Amino acid sequence: MSTPSTASHAAIEEVTHLRERSFFQRMLTRQPFWVTVAVLVIIGAMTLYQPIAFASADNFFNITRNFAFIGIMALGMTAVILTGGIDLSVGSIMGLVGVVCGLLLQAGQHWAVAIAAGLLAGAATGAVNGVLIAYVGLPSFVITLGMLSIARSLAIVLSANKIIYQLGPSGDTFEAIGGGDILGIANPVWLLIIMALVFGYVFNFTAWGRYLFAIGGNENAARLTGVPVKRIKLQAYIVSGLTAAIASVMIVGWQGSAINALGTGYELRVIASTVIGGASLIGGEGGAFGAVMGAALIELIRNSLLMAGVDSNWQGTFVGLFICLAVLLQRIRQRPAD
Amino acid sequence: MALLELNGIAKHFGAIEALKGVDLTLESGEVVGLMGDNGAGKSTLVKIIAGNFPPTEGEIRMSGDVKHFHKPVDARAQGIEVVYQDLALCNNLSAAANVFLGREVKRPLGPFRILDYPAMYARAAELFKELKSETRPRDLVKQMSGGQRQAVAIARTRLSDAKIVLMDEPTAAISVRQVAEVLDLIRRLKDRGIAVVLISHRMPDVFAVSDRVIVMRRGTKVADKAISQTSPEEVTGLITGAIRTA
Repeated sequence: MSTPSTASHAAIEEVTHLRERSFFQRMLTRQPFWVTVAVLVIIGAMTLYQPIAFASADNFFNITRNFAFIGIMALGMTAVILTGGIDLSVGSIMGLVGVVCGLLLQAGQHWAVAIAAGLLAGAATGAVNGVLIAYVGLPSFVITLGMLSIARSLAIVLSANKIIYQLGPSGDTFEAIGGGDILGIANPVWLLIIMALVFGYVFNFTAWGRYLFAIGGNENAARLTGVPVKRIKLQAYIVSGLTAAIASVMIVGWQGSAINALGTGYELRVIASTVIGGASLIGGEGGAFGAVMGAALIELIRNSLLMAGVDSNWQGTFVGLFICLAVLLQRIRQRPAD
Repeated sequence: MALLELNGIAKHFGAIEALKGVDLTLESGEVVGLMGDNGAGKSTLVKIIAGNFPPTEGEIRMSGDVKHFHKPVDARAQGIEVVYQDLALCNNLSAAANVFLGREVKRPLGPFRILDYPAMYARAAELFKELKSETRPRDLVKQMSGGQRQAVAIARTRLSDAKIVLMDEPTAAISVRQVAEVLDLIRRLKDRGIAVVLISHRMPDVFAVSDRVIVMRRGTKVADKAISQTSPEEVTGLITGAIRTA
């Protein structure tokens, strides 16, 4: 009878070993950790290579502001991706919200009205996605692909295909919100930091966040254990629409004008950020910190290539490579668990 | 008075009669094996008890009172828990997270109510200890053996102090050692006065833990006997129809 006892002994050893690898070793298996390492390495290398142009306060201000918009959207996208869905419509929602804000400001409305209407438009678009996906049961890929087309088209129709640059009497305040800075850090970056903390808290310490993971892990199990699956999924798409709207309000304020092409192609950058940050498109894996670091890494790669004098047409290749690398890393990390 | 009493339960799906006039009683601390071939009506019967759908005819009584279940939540509120065949676990979550899924423990933090991880880990550890399982609350379910997964699914039923636990094929597709573990878990439940309905195709498992065996064939109950008064051969005959009734 020695065989079974050795077997169980070995199993226990294995298990205790798992536990003993504790904090540091567990960190090594986390994708956001490696993305953070990559970010730091790039910053270090570029600081040595281009100490004046790259490591300047101005350049850091620009980099952080540029990825803040994508980062904000990536937080909402993470909620959707955690459930195992996807939201391809965020770039178009951004365009639609920008036009809605621009038109209201142009018509002399108060900036708060414009922002409220913009956020409402984003949330409503997300709600349409969510109802069709969660309650009617249609695939998220197709529905949000449809919404990508619809929202963009609505933005063009509403704006009569014109750039809106007369932002009216309260345009200055609106521009100060998105374009201003506090203590040398751009407002969108402050907003990103606050939102990342809020999303990090929600994902890790609320039942709602727990349910996102559960739905992505096993939707049927979540339903059987009494998780309100449909409601949570609907809310995830509303959150995604809302974060796209928030990013839009900030970016329109920064640029001082609203164009209906705003956010074109952003959905892919947003999804890439979440995936690089460790989110799994199958669902059930991902996080707020990872999404933000993913967005940071993409912007940093773009900026570094620019600073290093590489033809900007190469940017796509490098960003694409990092996406593939991220998925590869994910596969390697997951192997021992299976 | 019986803990659970089914009187003349029938279920029609259109023209198909899945169940015809089934009577059944269940006492506290009793383990009942529910056997039958595929399509005999076992699952339909269990789903009616679990509240997945109401019976077409007949009544359900618990401790003498008539109950109507419209949703699984209704049955759960009355102390009926189900351990599903696929266990309904989320592989990407910890054992504790699965045990508490949909019933998270929260504690106040300023104006917010946050998940109380320490309390859930502690309670889950207690439940695993009570079930004498070596499952640990912080481990991810995807890293667990079949027996440990069963322990997680069963610990979930203990959380609410269930009176009746319905188990759908808990010993299918797991190793011999794990089967022994699961049968032990069932005995633990019995020790605590919980009634267990064990749906299984595996004759040795049913005979190892059950007090009684109920055999279904073509939507009717063809046998309801104490384990000591029957044999695997007789049950096999009843399932296949070689023996009409017993």
